[in-house]
Amino acid sequence: MIYGVYIVSKSGGLIFHHDHSVPRIETEKTFSFPLDLKLDFSKKCISVIFGQRDGIYVGHHLIAVNGISVNSGALEDGRNVKEMLENEENYPVNLRFCRPRMTTNEKIFLASMFYPLFAIASQLSPEPKSSGIEILEADTFKLHCFQTLTGVKFMVVAEPIQTGVEILLKKIYELYSDYALKNPFYSLEQPLRCELFDTNLQQLLDSFEKTGITNI
Amino acid sequence: MTIYNLYIFDRHGTMLYYAEWNRVKQSGITRDEESKLMYGSLYSIKSFVSKISPLDTREGFLYYKTDKYALHYFETASGLKFVINTDCSSTGVKDLLQQLYAKVFVEYTVKNPIWTPGTPINSALFKSKLDEFIKQSPIYGLKNV
Repeated sequence: MIYGVYIVSKSGGLIFHHDHSVPRIETEKTFSFPLDLKLDFSKKCISVIFGQRDGIYVGHHLIAVNGISVNSGALEDGRNVKEMLENEENYPVNLRFCRPRMTTNEKIFLASMFYPLFAIASQLSPEPKSSGIEILEADTFKLHCFQTLTGVKFMVVAEPIQTGVEILLKKIYELYSDYALKNPFYSLEQPLRCELFDTNLQQLLDSFEKTGITNI
Repeated sequence: MTIYNLYIFDRHGTMLYYAEWNRVKQSGITRDEESKLMYGSLYSIKSFVSKISPLDTREGFLYYKTDKYALHYFETASGLKFVINTDCSSTGVKDLLQQLYAKVFVEYTVKNPIWTPGTPINSALFKSKLDEFIKQSPIYGLKNV
């Protein structure tokens, strides 16, 4: 399974990102008074800052109370969530949490964070003339990075068991050169907004997930 | 299959120990600066990984590979960080790091009454046991035979 594709220009800015199949993680649980999670009530959202249980982790956002969705600290019927959760009469209460999706701003931030890591990896190398990070594995995903001769980086975040991602990266590079670089309205280093590129990438990823590397 | 070098950090970022075996290229900066750079980049990688991960992470970052070497990372519950650089073809390095922690670090550093946590390790016994442990591992082998 492919989770996402990122393209970073040679100066380190994110020029394209695409979420492919990011699983939605939601946990619903009924709580009794007092609430054993510590929540942070900020203006935009309510998130867990301390305590984790039954699949609810620190950083998860509160999205619904008793099936009524939460919008910027208040329920849809106008009640304030903070006041409601502090009142014992409202318990037991059913809360639904979800792992927040990354916003575009966070993606831009992360893409520019990868750039120095890539450079430091080659500086701290014990062997001469090492490249930067090509594969980075964590317990939940594997990030594959392909840097072209011109310094553009293609990154694919996939499941750890996914094979053939190196070939997929080359294919994405092909699409990039066909539909972005040959597009007369596209200027280098600028965010990539080409419909043809989007649709072809979507097709490529779909067929890759269905049939593996053989058919692309 | 070879092992280049090993860094041990505590949870505050102090480098407790450094050792190298077949390292070919030095980084061109002092060891002190290098340890800070290494710790800093690991810290960033950890935060990068937890943010970019589509699911909730448990262990988080495990390793990264370039075309010349692989950096393996193991963190204990107490925040001790073991970092080892090997070549790309090495496998089972995670187990090696866990063994290193359990059989060498705990035995000869944690159980050493003279060692104060958070200070660099100077014990000659630890050094020799570590050297022995690394040299008898199958990952170290082959290239030097």
